[in-house]
Amino acid sequence: MWIAIFCLSGLGLLASLGLGLAAKRFAVEVDPKIEAVEGVLPGINCGACGYPGCSHFARALVKEGAPVGGCIAGGEDTALALSELMGVKAVIGEKRVAVVLCKGGREESTTKFTYRGVEDCKAAIIVSGGDKACPYGCLGLRTCERVCPFDAVVISEGGIAIIDPEKCTGCGICIKECPKEIIRLVPVGKRVSILCYSNEKGSEVRKKCAVGCIACETCVRVCPFDAISMEGNLAVLDHERCQVCGLCIPRCPTRAIEGRDEPFPQVEIIEERCTGCGICTMVCPVDAIEGEKEEVHTVSEERCVGCLLCIDRCPEEAIRIRGPAHSALESVVR
Amino acid sequence: MDDRQFILSSSPHIHSGESTPRIMYSVVAALVPAMFMGVYLFGLRALWVILLSVAAGLATEAGAQRVMGRKVTISDGSAVVTGILLALNLPPTVPWWLVVVGSAIAIVVGKQIYGGLGYNPFNPALVARVILLISFPVQMTTWVKPSPLFSGAADAVTTATPLGAMKTYLMVKGTLQGFIMGELWNPFIGNIGGCIGETSVIALLIGAGFLLYRGYISWHIPVTFIGMVFILSGLFWLINPDQYMSPFFHILTGGLMLGAFYMATDMVTSPVTTRGMMVFGAGCGAITIIIRIFGGYPEGVSYSILLMNAATPLIDRYMRPKTFGWKTVSSR
Amino acid sequence: MKVRYLFGGGIHPSEQKISQDAPIEEMEVPERVVVPLSQHIGAPCEATVSPGDRVKKGDRVGQATGFVSVNVHAPISGVVKSIGLFPHPLGRPLPAVEIESDGEDTWTDRLKPHEDYMDLSPEELKEIIRDMGIVGMGGAAFPTHVKLSPPKEKTIDTFIINGAECEPYLTADHRLMLEEAESIIAGARIAMRSLGVDRGIIAIESNKPDAIEKMRGLTEDIPELEVVALRVRYPQGAEKQLIKTLLNREVPFSGGLPMDVGVIVQNVGTLSAIYKAIRFGLPLIERITTVTGSGVHTPKNLRARIGTPIEVLIEACGGFSTEVGKVIIGGPMMGVSQYSLEVPVVKGTSGILVQPLSEVEEGVDHPCIRCGSCIRACPALLMPTILAVFAQRDMFKEAERYDVVDCIECGCCDYVCPARIPLVQLLRYAKAEVLARRKKAA
Repeated sequence: MWIAIFCLSGLGLLASLGLGLAAKRFAVEVDPKIEAVEGVLPGINCGACGYPGCSHFARALVKEGAPVGGCIAGGEDTALALSELMGVKAVIGEKRVAVVLCKGGREESTTKFTYRGVEDCKAAIIVSGGDKACPYGCLGLRTCERVCPFDAVVISEGGIAIIDPEKCTGCGICIKECPKEIIRLVPVGKRVSILCYSNEKGSEVRKKCAVGCIACETCVRVCPFDAISMEGNLAVLDHERCQVCGLCIPRCPTRAIEGRDEPFPQVEIIEERCTGCGICTMVCPVDAIEGEKEEVHTVSEERCVGCLLCIDRCPEEAIRIRGPAHSALESVVR
Repeated sequence: MDDRQFILSSSPHIHSGESTPRIMYSVVAALVPAMFMGVYLFGLRALWVILLSVAAGLATEAGAQRVMGRKVTISDGSAVVTGILLALNLPPTVPWWLVVVGSAIAIVVGKQIYGGLGYNPFNPALVARVILLISFPVQMTTWVKPSPLFSGAADAVTTATPLGAMKTYLMVKGTLQGFIMGELWNPFIGNIGGCIGETSVIALLIGAGFLLYRGYISWHIPVTFIGMVFILSGLFWLINPDQYMSPFFHILTGGLMLGAFYMATDMVTSPVTTRGMMVFGAGCGAITIIIRIFGGYPEGVSYSILLMNAATPLIDRYMRPKTFGWKTVSSR
Repeated sequence: MKVRYLFGGGIHPSEQKISQDAPIEEMEVPERVVVPLSQHIGAPCEATVSPGDRVKKGDRVGQATGFVSVNVHAPISGVVKSIGLFPHPLGRPLPAVEIESDGEDTWTDRLKPHEDYMDLSPEELKEIIRDMGIVGMGGAAFPTHVKLSPPKEKTIDTFIINGAECEPYLTADHRLMLEEAESIIAGARIAMRSLGVDRGIIAIESNKPDAIEKMRGLTEDIPELEVVALRVRYPQGAEKQLIKTLLNREVPFSGGLPMDVGVIVQNVGTLSAIYKAIRFGLPLIERITTVTGSGVHTPKNLRARIGTPIEVLIEACGGFSTEVGKVIIGGPMMGVSQYSLEVPVVKGTSGILVQPLSEVEEGVDHPCIRCGSCIRACPALLMPTILAVFAQRDMFKEAERYDVVDCIECGCCDYVCPARIPLVQLLRYAKAEVLARRKKAA
């Protein structure tokens, strides 16, 4: 028995000596700063920064001066934390989230055939471009859902990919993988989007999908900021110009536009401050403000769509959002 | 004609009709002769062991898959095969709780923790058998003499397996001289002590013949496995027949037939190429003889198969077939 | 004399040659045809007519662009109705010329027959073959004049006439060999002359004993041609496998062609078309198509004009006999399933297979059990099970290293897989991605 004890203890001692020596002899020099940076990064290795993994980005940040705001997936929090670590001012771009430009699910759209095969959009393209009648539409075979490192993509009951803006970090991986190339990045505060990418004539679109863009151009006419234009048979929205007023949404005959989930905030005039200059009346795109010159103006609850242009233009800061304020919209307007 | 929708898929549009459940249930059918002989030789308690093993296996698999959030696939027949194979690898005298525990271990530790069917690196029944052997050595090595049903012979007379008897004799006497082996007919039909399914070589061969005919197993592994055992044991026997048993003894006893035709040929854990299979079989044979002759255990089949299972990915990697057109050097 | 098949792998599905006793039937002239401008491998044609033009049968309507391209011709006489995107057997709308029949079916006056065609030089022969729009009619539709023009360095010593027809159900080549054998042999001699080859082998699978006998009889006095019977095994008719069985030569992988081992292979239908083009000046405007399967009332071998919508052919066979699951253009192993019956017959349409709903395979997907059946079935000697894993995980570098580009997409692996894994779709996906990346890198 003693022999066994001696042998095993001896082996154990030998092994630990060996490990200790190896740890010293083969130690890898790691810049503690790189380790600190790695600790701050999300650690998902999504590759949106352009580097093959978080540790590579950490090294690039410390050694090669990569931008502090380079971690798109980490967003504002990570950029601020990194700028503190590195002592460099962070240039934080506006957070962008991904949106799938299609809302034609099984209820709303037709198929050319019944597909049998690999449950993957890229593989399904091999079989006559996928079963959807519309050649531009989302196939809903979960390719994007599988690649999203943040579980932000879910295939709905109707078979369409839907991206949760809360979870999405704008890393862009799904955009690269989608074989139909119908996913786009939009600023998080300006998520109003036209959810269709079909360039087919309106009559064709009607046959294939109840919620596609039929190029009626109503949205183009209705938009007070000229943010929508036609490219062929498709209405395209310019997010720079869009003020997320949401006017286009109820006007679209096929309900192809979405993106403003909050109820329209409305404005009210602060009576004490109103000088009756009438600028707000002129600016309001829906004629919701009334009032005589030099008299306190009022906002019509029925007509106000909450575009907030009047707040921006009022020289006396006499207009405010009625009810709970919405930070995203306010920051956009100011 | 306009409303109708056709089905579209990638080519091909016809199939041989083969399916995983069909293969599994064919293996079950092939094991019927061995199961029958096991029950005939060792009594109804052997049937009880088999049924319990299968039931426990199915229940464990359904439970484990549900717990892991996976689709329940017990209808594919793989748990039934594992249950039967495990039972055939147990002595007929094992207590019921050992059977249940063993079957559960086979399914969970042998298969489900790796991801289910197709992902396990080791043969699940053998994993369970080895764990049971190490944990419950007494119950797992208590053998009885066969008492064929309706023969009126005495019940539950303990005995040793031929390999066990030989090893003990050798240890005690230092030589095999005088060792009464008995006629080789006995292990051929199964009239020896051993696990439920391993004793009757003829029953196993009948089932194996069926599987070979259907193409569910190929000859490569069994032939190289048994061949290697025969050759190596023959070599040793030729050098010193006093110390080493004849090769015929070696191939007919122990779990060799059961192992070579049903356990080593398990598709998931053996190489995919025919050349690889031959390397695999030869390796199993060599390790079996080494354990039987030089090792502490009388039987080496289970361990040899598990060790070669570990080598399977390596074998597959180096036994890649040469793509068509490799031989001709392009004249461009 | 049965030659043991020499290529590894392969399968033997049920032959289903239910239409083999149906003689070739001429179809009525269709009222309307849609002639795609891309019916061949290579650059698509440019339309040379405009809507409103009157055309006669045999007039050119599409001009070849570049060397690897051939012309397309009007299969009927009539008026060009429109030029636009129309359904195509490949599965997506492609440019085509739509012609409405004038009911006359008159030939153009521009045909150029040659009575003494064996006096023409090889260059002249290839010129005519190209002008008349001849492509490989076994299904691949590769421009024939290109195939018959190997670079000078490649010495060709053997010409193979491919009458194997190894796909189940298809019998068009079989009937052609029985009913128009002379044109095949004449076409073979023309092709051999244009190549300067004096050894030709006619290869026919042994399930067509009447065709073998017929061809043997006709080649008795022709020393350059011999007839060889092949054991029935799919894909015996694939070029590389055919060459391996007949001559025991292996075409090099990763881009090798039969000419690299001194061989050129042509389908019997192509050779018959070559003869008609050279001798009578007829452009390729029709072909034999087998309409078959348990889903049509009467399986037939129809001589159909290019551009005829397939629903017209199905009608000619009595229409659908039961609830239809799949309509496949080609054979059951490599054919393309279709969603529109307006798809036209093109130069490579060897068959239309109608599969009843009851016969359509379930798409159940078990995990791979590593049985190795696919490896044993693969005629290209690849490892489909491992390539499938690479495809599923987007591991394209590894797929390339395991030679996924040498997959001939024959379908043998998918056919045998007990786990019903969609192997061909996965391999196609990986193959396409690897080739696209290679192109980008170049």
